Amino acid sequence: MRLYMKFFSMHMKSQMQYKLSFFLTMIGQFLVSFAILLSLYFMMSRFNVVMGFTYEQVLLCFASVLMGYSLAEMLGRGFDLFPRMLGNGEFDRALVRPRSVITQVLASKMDFTRLGRILQAAFVFIYAVPKSGVIWTRDKILTLFLMVICGSLVFFGLFIVYAAFSFFTVEGLEFMNILTDGGREFGRYPYAIYGEGILKFLTYFVPLALFQYYPLLYLLDIEKSKLYMFTPLLSLIFLLPAYAFFQYGVRKYKSTGS
Amino acid sequence: MKKYLAVFRIRFINALQYRAAAAAGVATQFAWGFLEIFAFSAFYRANPNAFPMEFSHTVSYIWLQQAFLALFMMWFWESDVTEAIEGGAIAYELIRPMDLYKRWFAQSCANRSARALLRCAPILLIAFIVPKPYRMGLPPSLPQFTMFVISSALSLGVVVATSMLAYVSIFYTLSSTGIRSVFTTIVGFLAGEYIPIPFFPPSIRAIAELLPFAAMQNMPLRIYSGNIAGRDALWGLAFQVFWLSLLIVLGRLAMNRALKRVVVQGG
Repeated sequence: MRLYMKFFSMHMKSQMQYKLSFFLTMIGQFLVSFAILLSLYFMMSRFNVVMGFTYEQVLLCFASVLMGYSLAEMLGRGFDLFPRMLGNGEFDRALVRPRSVITQVLASKMDFTRLGRILQAAFVFIYAVPKSGVIWTRDKILTLFLMVICGSLVFFGLFIVYAAFSFFTVEGLEFMNILTDGGREFGRYPYAIYGEGILKFLTYFVPLALFQYYPLLYLLDIEKSKLYMFTPLLSLIFLLPAYAFFQYGVRKYKSTGS
Repeated sequence: MKKYLAVFRIRFINALQYRAAAAAGVATQFAWGFLEIFAFSAFYRANPNAFPMEFSHTVSYIWLQQAFLALFMMWFWESDVTEAIEGGAIAYELIRPMDLYKRWFAQSCANRSARALLRCAPILLIAFIVPKPYRMGLPPSLPQFTMFVISSALSLGVVVATSMLAYVSIFYTLSSTGIRSVFTTIVGFLAGEYIPIPFFPPSIRAIAELLPFAAMQNMPLRIYSGNIAGRDALWGLAFQVFWLSLLIVLGRLAMNRALKRVVVQGG
């Protein structure tokens, strides 16, 4: 852990060396998700409600998914760039070092330009939390935290799956985008609006709805059972197969040579 | 003209080689299109009267957008061009007996249309056979379809001409980081990449429809379904021709100015 913190400050310092480029990229990141926010605003101001959710309630989804995703991306960027690590032999060096592979991949890259998005999510929370019509009790505040943190962990799990796939193929990883980028972009609305089939898929296979739609129902008192409060924790089960898949990949790994 | 057609042909054939990547892309785009349509359908159920286009027109818009993604989306970036400017390979480009603007224009058009050609068929095929409310309709008439084809070509031209302006700006900033995402996001939004322009609030829509960005995907995708029909569609084509010529003139002027003071980095 201490080692990780060391890498953390190292990456932070090195990225701060190119301040202009850093801030420009950060503004770019901010703007990309702002365009999505703006289109959401246009849609909601035209239709007022979707499936009974108001604008501010939809914003809770948008902000929690965006924040969870950006946290995962900021810290887990190493897994995103993992195919490159395999290609240039950097991974071979990681294997012979006396630390766990996952820690090393994590420490290999962090991308603080994602703070642009995290900031935006924070602003949206500041706006939407008081206006969403939720009666904020201690339980509900805890639920919101669980949504963000578990969301971030599940997206992180998806990055691990993405990296694990690259042990077997370099081509055609694009289909993972629908789960990662798609999960983020379509997570701006409660996942239930995409219909029964999609919701089931996002509940039982890739549990994105477990940290977004179900706890939202608890926040809005549509479902009063405490079970809905803890569904985000349930989504963490996804990390087990993701981790196992990655380990399987490591075992099957054959170096590409020098 | 012949040499630029040759550039087009070489790039086109070259881009056709990436079939495996295209296959994975098709699956993603298909899922993406479906989810977009599901979202619009949820809004339609919430309040059909507030829907500014016919639902079937919106469905066609989304499917065509996914099928011809590479043709119209601003975020396809010609990295050959930007790397040449940033890395100094521009020096080689300049000694060739070719006009750089035309060459890059032909190259961008070739890359975009080859990618679109590779990806559109399977997506369109599925879009035509999925069950009813989500199925893509046929264009209302043959003239309308002809106008769609012409409008698509013009739209490609406007998209490429606009990105040329962005490339030229790299001559001054010497770095494409930042510019790329800021530029592609703003232009993309106003072109109707995120939501079709009719879904904008009325006052913003009125402005957006006059900007050059409305001469991009907005036109062909709405002409196809008959959302813009007859005389309006002809006006639309004229609108596209107007912006296309203006953007090309501006782009050439900007490029000539930039090339006069170009400094090649490194030795």
